[in-house]
Amino acid sequence: MTREYIHLKIKRQDNPDSAPYWEEFKVPYKPNMNVVSVLMEIRKNPVNANGQKTTPVVWECNCLEEVCGACSMRINGVPRQACSALIDKIDKSPIILEPLSKFPVIRDLQIDRQIMFDYLKKVKAWVNVDGSWDLGPGPLFPEKTRQWAYQLSRCMTCGCCLESCPNYNEKSAFIGPQALNQVRLFNAHPIGKMDKEKRLDAIMGPGGITECGNAQNCAKACPKEIPLTVSIADLNKQTVLYGLKRWLYK
Amino acid sequence: MAEKKIIVVGGGLSGLMATIKAVERGVKVDLFSLVPVKRSHSCCAQGGINAALDTKGEGDSTWEHFDDTIYGGDFLANQPPVKNMCDAAPGLIYTMDRMGVMFSRTPEGRLDLRLFGGVKKRRTVFAGATTGQQLLYACDEQVRKWEDAGMVKKYEGWEFLSAVIDDQGVCRGIIAQDLATMEIRAFVADAVLLATGGAGMIYGKSTNSVINTGSAASAVYQQGVYYANGEFVQIHPTAMPGDDKNRLMSESARGEGGRIWTYKDGKPWYFLEEWYPAYGNLVPRDIAARAIFKVCVEMGLGVDGENKVYLDLTHKDPEFLDNRLGGIIEIYEKFHGDDPRKVPMKIFPSVHYFMGGIHVDWNHQTCIPGLFASGECDYMYHGANRLGANSLLSALYSGTVAGPAMVDYIEGLSKSSKDVDKKHFERELKRQQEWHDKILKMNGYENPYKLHEEMGDIMTENVTVVRYNDRLKATDEKLQELIQRWHKINIEDTSSWGNQAVMFTKQLWNMLQLARVITLGALNRNESRGAHYKPEFPERDDENWLKTTKAKYTPDGPVFEYEEVDTSLIKPRPRKYDVDKEATMND
Repeated sequence: MTREYIHLKIKRQDNPDSAPYWEEFKVPYKPNMNVVSVLMEIRKNPVNANGQKTTPVVWECNCLEEVCGACSMRINGVPRQACSALIDKIDKSPIILEPLSKFPVIRDLQIDRQIMFDYLKKVKAWVNVDGSWDLGPGPLFPEKTRQWAYQLSRCMTCGCCLESCPNYNEKSAFIGPQALNQVRLFNAHPIGKMDKEKRLDAIMGPGGITECGNAQNCAKACPKEIPLTVSIADLNKQTVLYGLKRWLYK
Repeated sequence: MAEKKIIVVGGGLSGLMATIKAVERGVKVDLFSLVPVKRSHSCCAQGGINAALDTKGEGDSTWEHFDDTIYGGDFLANQPPVKNMCDAAPGLIYTMDRMGVMFSRTPEGRLDLRLFGGVKKRRTVFAGATTGQQLLYACDEQVRKWEDAGMVKKYEGWEFLSAVIDDQGVCRGIIAQDLATMEIRAFVADAVLLATGGAGMIYGKSTNSVINTGSAASAVYQQGVYYANGEFVQIHPTAMPGDDKNRLMSESARGEGGRIWTYKDGKPWYFLEEWYPAYGNLVPRDIAARAIFKVCVEMGLGVDGENKVYLDLTHKDPEFLDNRLGGIIEIYEKFHGDDPRKVPMKIFPSVHYFMGGIHVDWNHQTCIPGLFASGECDYMYHGANRLGANSLLSALYSGTVAGPAMVDYIEGLSKSSKDVDKKHFERELKRQQEWHDKILKMNGYENPYKLHEEMGDIMTENVTVVRYNDRLKATDEKLQELIQRWHKINIEDTSSWGNQAVMFTKQLWNMLQLARVITLGALNRNESRGAHYKPEFPERDDENWLKTTKAKYTPDGPVFEYEEVDTSLIKPRPRKYDVDKEATMND
């Protein structure tokens, strides 16, 4: 789509306690821009579409190559990374930018995703090594297993899966696909699996795996194409088996 | 003695590793980071991490890794710390493997290795083409474990403003600012580590993340710490130029067989293979960047007449590429549109890494007792040019040195920082509060982001691949003009909540100070060595310049002094990549 300028409609909010409002911007078009570089242009000339001076729009970004997970926002209603949202590939005008709706807003498009890191703690998303000292080569690990586990390990905690999940909301304690996926990852690692039961315990209680309604939005929303629904299905098996074992041997 | 406390500033690979090491010694850590540590810039490292594991039966050794690193760095690095790093590398990789890094494997399940630039043996361990991300995540997870155990307290979304230095000249804590509430606070610590990364933002566009401003390093430089070898800035030969940043296309693309070429007389011309038959496409980065620059800028032979050449992987099996290089193929496809499996990528050199940085001793302590630095923000391991896949290693390794060194330092302290007179903290807090208030009131006519763009443009133009003294002089004059114009900024946003503009304006001031260190360091150094190349002085000059640059801040600009380089282990020899390394040993 060729355009003279890029028309943005941005949902803004001055602080967590104030009401959101819409502001529109018109930024001169250049080829090969993305949503981040348009926001950068606004900073250099913070004037809105009505020609009024305004404050620069606040948003989060860091790596700009879709590995850090910082710049998640809703772009035309779809949760995704702003850095990889190329203007030339967006047909709609205006382009509507909103903060992710399932996290507290800090300012404008910036949100607080701390809860996702807290859930990683809850499911013990780490390999419990004895220490960081050198103990010689680690365990052998088949390349075939490594290849799918690597896919899972690319989760950047961006929040797109939670934003798109109907079961992740204010009324539920669901920890969501991202944390569940990490359980599968660490349960596959030769040392990580030694704590398999602890992680399964953590996801078998309230907010755990049974809260998943199998809407399957998460896997579609994931910018890293992590097979989140496969992970959840696999964990269903793991928890059923473990539940049985727990019942038999208690 | 009161409970000991360490502050680590920076949650990338080096800061996290230092945190783990300090906590294992029983000392609590307060960890400060601009972003949730999992989003740190280490996640952008792609190709791998070097360690002489020799799992491919090539007779590799840690000594050879050491020699390649010193030779690749054009003999500017102090040798004993580099040797220690190379010796420690295999053990470090084993540890990271145990922590769950999904390193690529050989058919029998051992760590696989690939080839990288400036070496002849496979020495680079990798996790697809997102090795930095995978290493960062493993450290992030371990630190989360310690956080869960109450040994680490994270301050994410806080910016380091300055060190608190008492009347004896000892570092006693930091001043930091909450990026949401804008609260400025003093934090007490017995030792402070800066692991704050590089400073790509000084060049406007680079392969770096937007948080890599070098602001923290510049802040302590302005408080009296030496900044060393600032003029040595690595230009990565293969990046994809973009409007908002230049996206790195990993050296591993060439390590796995990728070829660089352009058209000459209507036919593909593999100029690196022609000019450097011994190493071909895997010459070190400074050599490759200069060659591409020469072909495009001097010879006018860039693709389509533009400043671009091809990085070609199309002769490789697509499945092999997806498995080994998936991460960068995905980036190129997403941000450019073409499929690198089918169409050669178009690339051009970009600012990438800072060999120089905060001057530290071999325990990573600065000249201010109690203030340490590690990772890309120090100057220690790469001399005049860094070899590919040595940065993840130096980030991790320096953290393993700095963490325990801080604990040792604290154990030798006669007075805990908690017992130091509060006035030192109040004084520095007041200075930072006044600076903040001053910036918040700026109502001139300059825009900080536009000034930043001007700084980036002139630095990229004159202080990158090829350097001329007259242009360096002009650049410094321009930087001084920008510093004057900085005072005329209009802050536009006067909000006392989540104000990014005011924080950026502070960073910009610090970037301008460091830009002068880089530019004047380059102006002074009349030789060519590693990444620093002057056509007017094309040869390396060991007699006059085999020494470390040390810049000291004064309000009138940096003052330079020089320090001998420790070359006690390997005698400096000419550096040539058209022939095998062995052929240079007899020169």
